[in-house]
Amino acid sequence: MDILCAIDTGVLCGVEQWFTDPAQWTGPAGIPVRLAEHAYYSVVALLVATAIAVPLGLLTGHTGVGGFLTTSLANFARALPTIGVLFLIVLLAGIGLVPVLCALVALAVPPILVNTHEGVRGVEPRLRDAALGMGMRGREVLFRLELPVAAPLVLIGMRTAAVQVVATATIAAYVGVGGLGRYIVDGQARQDLSMMLGGSILVVLLAVATTLLFAGLRRVLVAPGLRAEAASAR
Amino acid sequence: MNAAWDWAAGVLDWAVANWSYPGEPDRGILPRLLEHMRLSYAPILLGLLVALPLGLACARWKRLYPPVLTGVNVLYAVPSIALFFLMLPYTGFSDWTAIVPLTVYTLVILLPNVVDGLRQVPEHVRQAAVAMGFGPLRRLVFVETPVAVPVIIAGLRVASVATISMVSVASLIGLGGLGRLILSEGFRRQFDAPIVVGIVLTVLLAFVTDAVLVLAQRLLTPWARRDGGVGGGRGIRARRRRRRAAAAVPAEDAAVAADLTTTAGER
Amino acid sequence: MITFEGAAKHYPDGTVAVAGLDLTVETGRTTVFVGPSGSGKTTSLRMINRMVEPTSGTVRIDGDDIRGQDPAVLRRSIGYVIQQAGLFPHRTVLDNIATVPLLLGWRRGRARARAAELMDLVGLEPSQGRRYPHQLSGGQQQRVGVARALAADPPVLLMDEPFSAVDPVVRASLQDELLRLQKELRKTIVFVTHDIDEAVRLGDRIAVFRPGGVLAQYDAPERLLAAPVDDFVESFIGYDRGVRRLSFFPARNLTLDDGGVFEEEDRVERARTAVEATGVPWALVVARDRTPLGWVSARQLAEAPTGVVLGGLDLAPYGHTFNVATDSLRAALDAAVLSPAGRAVGVDEDGCVVGFVSQDDLGAAIWSVSE
Repeated sequence: MDILCAIDTGVLCGVEQWFTDPAQWTGPAGIPVRLAEHAYYSVVALLVATAIAVPLGLLTGHTGVGGFLTTSLANFARALPTIGVLFLIVLLAGIGLVPVLCALVALAVPPILVNTHEGVRGVEPRLRDAALGMGMRGREVLFRLELPVAAPLVLIGMRTAAVQVVATATIAAYVGVGGLGRYIVDGQARQDLSMMLGGSILVVLLAVATTLLFAGLRRVLVAPGLRAEAASAR
Repeated sequence: MNAAWDWAAGVLDWAVANWSYPGEPDRGILPRLLEHMRLSYAPILLGLLVALPLGLACARWKRLYPPVLTGVNVLYAVPSIALFFLMLPYTGFSDWTAIVPLTVYTLVILLPNVVDGLRQVPEHVRQAAVAMGFGPLRRLVFVETPVAVPVIIAGLRVASVATISMVSVASLIGLGGLGRLILSEGFRRQFDAPIVVGIVLTVLLAFVTDAVLVLAQRLLTPWARRDGGVGGGRGIRARRRRRRAAAAVPAEDAAVAADLTTTAGER
Repeated sequence: MITFEGAAKHYPDGTVAVAGLDLTVETGRTTVFVGPSGSGKTTSLRMINRMVEPTSGTVRIDGDDIRGQDPAVLRRSIGYVIQQAGLFPHRTVLDNIATVPLLLGWRRGRARARAAELMDLVGLEPSQGRRYPHQLSGGQQQRVGVARALAADPPVLLMDEPFSAVDPVVRASLQDELLRLQKELRKTIVFVTHDIDEAVRLGDRIAVFRPGGVLAQYDAPERLLAAPVDDFVESFIGYDRGVRRLSFFPARNLTLDDGGVFEEEDRVERARTAVEATGVPWALVVARDRTPLGWVSARQLAEAPTGVVLGGLDLAPYGHTFNVATDSLRAALDAAVLSPAGRAVGVDEDGCVVGFVSQDDLGAAIWSVSE
C-alpha cells in the first residue's frame, strides 16, 4: 500500500500518508473542498480581470490612445511584490474574501491588458489597410481582424495572469480565506511538514493543470491559420 | 489631500527612523534590502550560468530543445510558494531554499532567449563566416554570441524583475528580504508603513537593476543602439520582439511567453 | 468615370503629397499611375476610396462627389488590392475572398459560392479554398487578393503596387492574367506601380507622376513612349523607349519574303538557282508541314554537290520566330537581331513558316511607323 514508505521512511512517506488518509478527502477541510475553493477564487478573479482588461486593451490598442500608460502600468505591476499588494489591500480593506479577490484582480489585470494592447497594436498595418479599404467600419476591423489576430497574445496574457492568480491565491490563506494555501498555513502553524508539502504539491498540480487548460483553449480559440503561421515563422 | 500627505510623511518618517540600528546588524530596513539583493542577484547569476551552456547545447543539438522547452514551460507555471515549501525538507531554512527555486525561474525565462538569440544569426551571415574560414567554435564566439547578446540581456531584464519581486514570497518561510519587512513588521503588526516601504524599495530595486542591464547592453552592443536593442533577425517573431523591446522595460515577457506556448503546443 | 478636380493633399508638416491633380479615368479601361516614390501616385489612388481625404479639390465617380457617400459603403463598391495582398491570416482563402460579400450582408452559403467562382476565375484550384494564406506562394496570395477585390463585382478596381513583391517570372504571369481578366470583365482599373514596363504592359492610359505630387504626363502608352513631354518623363521611361515603343505596332503589316523558303526534300540546285537570282545570301529550310528547320547559306549551297537534298546539309539554327498575326514589331526585331542569318522567321498560329524578313526591311518598316 504505502509504496513510498517502503523506500523512504522520512518526508515522502509522510506526504504519502497525508494523501492516502481517507479523512483528507471529505469534509469542509478536505482536498475536494479546498481545491474547489481555490479554483473558485482563481476563476472569479480571472474572469473579472478579463472583463476589465480585454475591453480596455482592445480600446487602447485600437485607438492607440493611452498605449504608453498601459505599457508603463504593466511594467510597473510586474515589479510589484505580490505579497505586498495582497497584504496592503487586506490591511486597508479588512480581512475577507472581497479584498482578497480585489488583490487577485489587481494582479491579473496588467498582463492581460498589456498583451491585449500589444496584440492589437501588433496587427500589421497592411492588414488594417486592407480591412478599411474593403469597407470595414472601426468596429468590424476590431472584431473581424484585430481581435482574432490578437487572440494568441491575449490568451498568453490570460495564462500568465491565471498562473499568477493560482499562486497568489495560495498566499491568500495567510489572510484567512480558504483554498489550498490553508494546508500550507495550517501545516506551518502545526509544524506538520507533510501537510505543508501535500498542499504545495496540490498547488503545483493545479498550476500545471491551468497551463494545460490554456494550451487547450489555444487550440479551440485561435484560428488554425494563426497557429500554423506562428509555427512556420519559427 | 492633506490626509494623503500626512500619511506619506508618516511612512517616510518610519522609513528614516527604522533605516538601520547601529550595533544591531540584523535590525532595520537596510539589512532587509541587502538580504533582498543577495537573494535575488544570486539566482539571476546562477540562472545565467546554467542557461548559457544549456542554451548552447540546445542550439547545437536541435532535437534537445523541444523536450527541454516543454519542461521549462511546465516549471514556469509552478508557483514559487509551492517550490519554496517543497525545498524545505532538503535545504531547511538556509538561503538555498529561496535561491534554488528562483534560479530555476531565471533559467526558465532565459533559456528560450539564449537559444533564439543564438539561432537568430541570419543564414547569409553564418555562411559568410564559414566562407571566411571560421570554425564552429570561432563562429560561436565571434559571430553568434555577439548577435545573441541583446536577446539574452532582454531575457535577463525580464528574469531580474520577476526574481526581485518574487523574493518577497520567500518571507513565508522566514527568508525573503524586503518581504520580511512586509510580512513580519507590516502585516502581522497591522501596520501599513513597512508594507509600503517594502513595496516601494522592491520596485526601485527592480528598476535600478533594469537600468543597469540596459546600460550593460548599450556598452556591450554599440551596434544595436538605434533600433532599441533586440537585434536583427527576420520574420514575425523578430518584428514582435522589436515591438516588445520598444515598449520599454521588460514588456518582452509577452514575447518570451509567446515562444513558450507556440513551441510547446506545435512541436 | 473617375474625375480628379484639383485634388490635393497637403500634410500639416508642410509635405505636399499631391499638388493638385486634374485627371479623368475612363470607365472600363486600365489607367496606370506610375512614378518614383514620393510622387503621390499611391496617395492619389487612395483618394478614390477615401482612404486619404484630399485637403482641397474634389474626386467624383460618375459625376458624384465621393464625399457624399459613407466611406465604408463607398469602399465596399470599390475593389482594393494592395502590395503583398494583405490577406487575413486567420481566415481561409475562401473566407478571405468572401469578406466583402459578407460585409454586404450576403448569406454565408452564397458568399462562399461566389468566392469559389472567383477562385476559378483567377486560376486557383478549388482545393486551395480551405487553405490559410501562409500556406500559399506569393503569387497565389496575390491571386487571392485580386479575387477578394472582385468578390462583390465592383465596377472599379484599385490596385496599389499589387505585383511588386513577387519575382519577375511570377509577376509576368500575374500581369498576363490581369490582361486576360480585364478583357473579360472590363472593369475601371486604377493601377499604381513604379515600374514603367509594367505600366506600358498593362495600361490603356498612363499617368506619369513626378516627385512633389505633380502629374507630368497623361497619355496612351505608345504616345508616352513616342513623345515624352520633358526630360523627367524621358529619363523615367528609360533609354530604350524607341525599341519598347515598337511593341505597339503589329507585325502583320510587314512584307515577308517567302521566295527563299524551301522544303527539306528539295534539292540543292533548286535553292541555289533561287539564291543566285535574288542575291539573298540565305535560304530557310522547312519541314514538309512548313515548320522551320534552319538556315542554309549561299556559300553552303554553292559548295554542296548537286543532287543532295537540303535536309542533308548542316543547317544553322533558325533562332526565335515571331507570330505574324499576334506579335509586334518589337518581337520581329528581336528575332531578327538574334538570328544567325540576320533575318526573322515569321510563323502563323500553328507555327508554320509564312516567310522571313531581313533587318533592312524591318528597319524600313520601323522608320515608316515612327513617322
